[in-house]
Amino acid sequence: MVDLDVPTETAADSRPVLELRDVHAAYGQIEVLHGIDFSVASGGVLALLGPNGAGKSTSLRVASGQMVPTSGCLHVLGRHCNGLKPDALSRAGMCTLPDGRGIFPNLTVTENLRLMTFGGSTRAQVEELTFARFPRLSERRGQVAGTLSGGEQQMLAMARTLSVEPAVLLLDEISMGLAPMIVAELYELVAQIAAEGVAVVLAEQFAATALGVATHVAVVVQGRIVASGTPDALPDDLADAYLGGVAA
Amino acid sequence: MHEFIAYTIIGLVVGAAYAVAAMGLVVTYSTSGIFNIAHGAIGMLMAFVFWQLSVPWHVPAGLAFVITVFILAPLFGAFVERVLIRRVSSASVSVTLVVTIALTLVLIGLVDKIWPPTSRVVAPFFGNHGFNLLGVFVIWQDLITIIIAMAIAIGLRLLLFRTRAGIAMRGVVDNRELIGLFGGRPSRSSTFSWSIGASLASVAGILVAPTLQLDPIILTLLVIDAYAAAMVGRLRSLPMTFVGALAVGLLSSYATGYFPTTGFWNSTPIQGLKLSVPSVLLFIVLLALPMSRLRSGVQRRQVGLPTASLARSIQGGVLLVAAVAVGVNFLNPGNVVTLGISLATGLVCLSLVPLAGWGGQVSLCQMTFAGLGAFAMSKFGHGGSIFGLVAAAGLAAVVGAIVALPALRLRGLYLALATMAFATAMDNMFFPSAVVFGFNGSVHIERPSLFGLHVSTDKSFDIFLAVVFAALAIGLLAMRRGSFGRVLIAMKDSEAACATLGLSLTMTKLLVFALSAAIAGLAGALLGGAESVAGATSFLMLQSLPILVVLVVAGGAICSGALVGGLALGFLPSGVEYLFIGGAGVILGANPEGLLPIAYLRGNRLWKGMAPRDVDGPSAALLGTDKAGALAGGTAA
Repeated sequence: MVDLDVPTETAADSRPVLELRDVHAAYGQIEVLHGIDFSVASGGVLALLGPNGAGKSTSLRVASGQMVPTSGCLHVLGRHCNGLKPDALSRAGMCTLPDGRGIFPNLTVTENLRLMTFGGSTRAQVEELTFARFPRLSERRGQVAGTLSGGEQQMLAMARTLSVEPAVLLLDEISMGLAPMIVAELYELVAQIAAEGVAVVLAEQFAATALGVATHVAVVVQGRIVASGTPDALPDDLADAYLGGVAA
Repeated sequence: MHEFIAYTIIGLVVGAAYAVAAMGLVVTYSTSGIFNIAHGAIGMLMAFVFWQLSVPWHVPAGLAFVITVFILAPLFGAFVERVLIRRVSSASVSVTLVVTIALTLVLIGLVDKIWPPTSRVVAPFFGNHGFNLLGVFVIWQDLITIIIAMAIAIGLRLLLFRTRAGIAMRGVVDNRELIGLFGGRPSRSSTFSWSIGASLASVAGILVAPTLQLDPIILTLLVIDAYAAAMVGRLRSLPMTFVGALAVGLLSSYATGYFPTTGFWNSTPIQGLKLSVPSVLLFIVLLALPMSRLRSGVQRRQVGLPTASLARSIQGGVLLVAAVAVGVNFLNPGNVVTLGISLATGLVCLSLVPLAGWGGQVSLCQMTFAGLGAFAMSKFGHGGSIFGLVAAAGLAAVVGAIVALPALRLRGLYLALATMAFATAMDNMFFPSAVVFGFNGSVHIERPSLFGLHVSTDKSFDIFLAVVFAALAIGLLAMRRGSFGRVLIAMKDSEAACATLGLSLTMTKLLVFALSAAIAGLAGALLGGAESVAGATSFLMLQSLPILVVLVVAGGAICSGALVGGLALGFLPSGVEYLFIGGAGVILGANPEGLLPIAYLRGNRLWKGMAPRDVDGPSAALLGTDKAGALAGGTAA
């Protein structure tokens, strides 16, 4: 297993914003994570890759506080955060987009935006930022979110990342079921957000889309990280992990 | 004209009170996803609290109102949500129904204990002072009721659509976890919504209390009348709920005022219809609802108790009959009768096993079917003729099928409410009739004699009941192991999956309803025999509620659950039985499958631990039942 290269920008930034250390997690009695280690620094984009059911989403659920690890540590800005509720982490600057669509389908676009103010920004700020970035949503502000197209729904979900100014951004399969053009647009946004100094962790089943923006990659197979490193160092390992890991 | 204005005003006032109650239901449902059957009971409890404050403790009425509505009721609502509702928030409709029904029973039992029945009067605000409106005298209380209803409607609208807390409350129903990821506190939202619900229930209870005697049952049922209004708003729309409530109030008032009372119109069914306007409306509104979309069932892990084999069910049956045959010799005469009643009640519970336990269709009118059975027995069972029993099962089956026919398109909660509406209508229209149970409201029911075999003594009748129970249970279990039983389970698991398999459930639902009603009818005839009388007040809707609760608590999908349920209802001391039953229902949150299946599994494990032998059952069934819930809740990464 390869250690992650910590980005070497400034001394202050080298401290990991988010770190999972030897995390084990279980659904009921069935353990699905058998010791996950990763860390991501400010401005870094870590892509968790791996086949279906490998433990990518579960790792993110641990990181976001939705699941409490059975052992191991969740560190945010060096603080031990095991057992902290997702809403507390969220207000402290962690922004999580869960798999599926991270919106409320029975609320209107403006009502969805209204709920993005828990982080502290005002309603006007949220709407301004969102509508400037996604003018399409402005046209549909009164519409019930469930009736938006898949791409528009994901834009609405991503709007939260704009307005809450997070320290950590966790993205779970944001490309799922979307047209390639929209996916490209979303990832462009991810790159921008990271450039502003946000630590990003994203889980993707299809590696190619994520590798464009990732500064680091970790391959998760069967609840373990089998390889990690910078994206350009990885292709051989990756193929290995997929073929070797899955076929075994 | 004067008369018309008077009835209109009465209707509007009653409608406004219904509106307050119905809007409370809608708020709780649309912000916590749980239909609170106990809404009426909470209003009733708070009306008693208000009476306690304002009458014996001499707190000024206005202050007592504020204390009850703004402090005590919200606290109580929050308490209920924290200790009870939170545990079942993701459970199936039948479990949430049973838990709120259990809460209803607890509250009725509690109020009966704290405030023993006696005449209590709540005075209207500002007494009987009032003003003249178009020649009709209106007391201030009536005006206050209407104003409060409108203020609440506007206030709720603003809260739910204009404030972040309100929007978050609606969001929690969509996706509870996501609210947390947005930084909101989902648990606080739910607690808040139950506080508001309880507060509104208390307003409704206090406002209607002056026009009625302060009686736990009457007040609880009155709010049930508000269900029709809530249903007009499809449990979502507050404005439609308000309109629906006014319609229910006006129609009830006009029915009271203008229904002819002479000749044919004076018969009990027609006069009962007057009282049943809300129930009939509820039934109609439910049928007019657009068909809900098929949802694929949520994957739930069952405890996985294997269905009893033929040999095992016969063993159980023989054991039951033997135990009763031996046991009756050691019981005092009073307990022998109680045992008979318990066994017959157990049969009523048994009627729900195929319907609710296996088929997943909740019915709240089993006692109504039992009443039909008792009625048939009294008409056709002279001299204990077996035709009485046949007629009992047959009549109940036919009525069951007729009720099921329009209700086939309903599911879950709506089906339960439709059966509840049917039972309430029968309470008013059928059972009080002199044609049914005689002029003094009770008739003698004879015990059957079969093929020259008389079971007229209490002891022999108990044994006979045990034989009937055993035979029915063995038969039902045989059915469960067959293809019809598998279809029932499939129906419960996922109607959507059944549809994709090309399996039409229409006939299945109709058959299982008729079967269940037939068993309940037979049970009713035998229950009449066990008590030797059947009365107009023995088969009310409210008596169907404990039947469902005890069965589900004991284990809704197993026949022995019905037996234990019947024994619990029969032998628990009267007066506190509601407390026991309700309390047990409340525990249900932790064990949605009931207590017996868990006990059986523990027993199995213990037995196998003591005498190691080949384990032939699926080992998964024995795998950590405590953790099963956690596993079911999680989705693999």
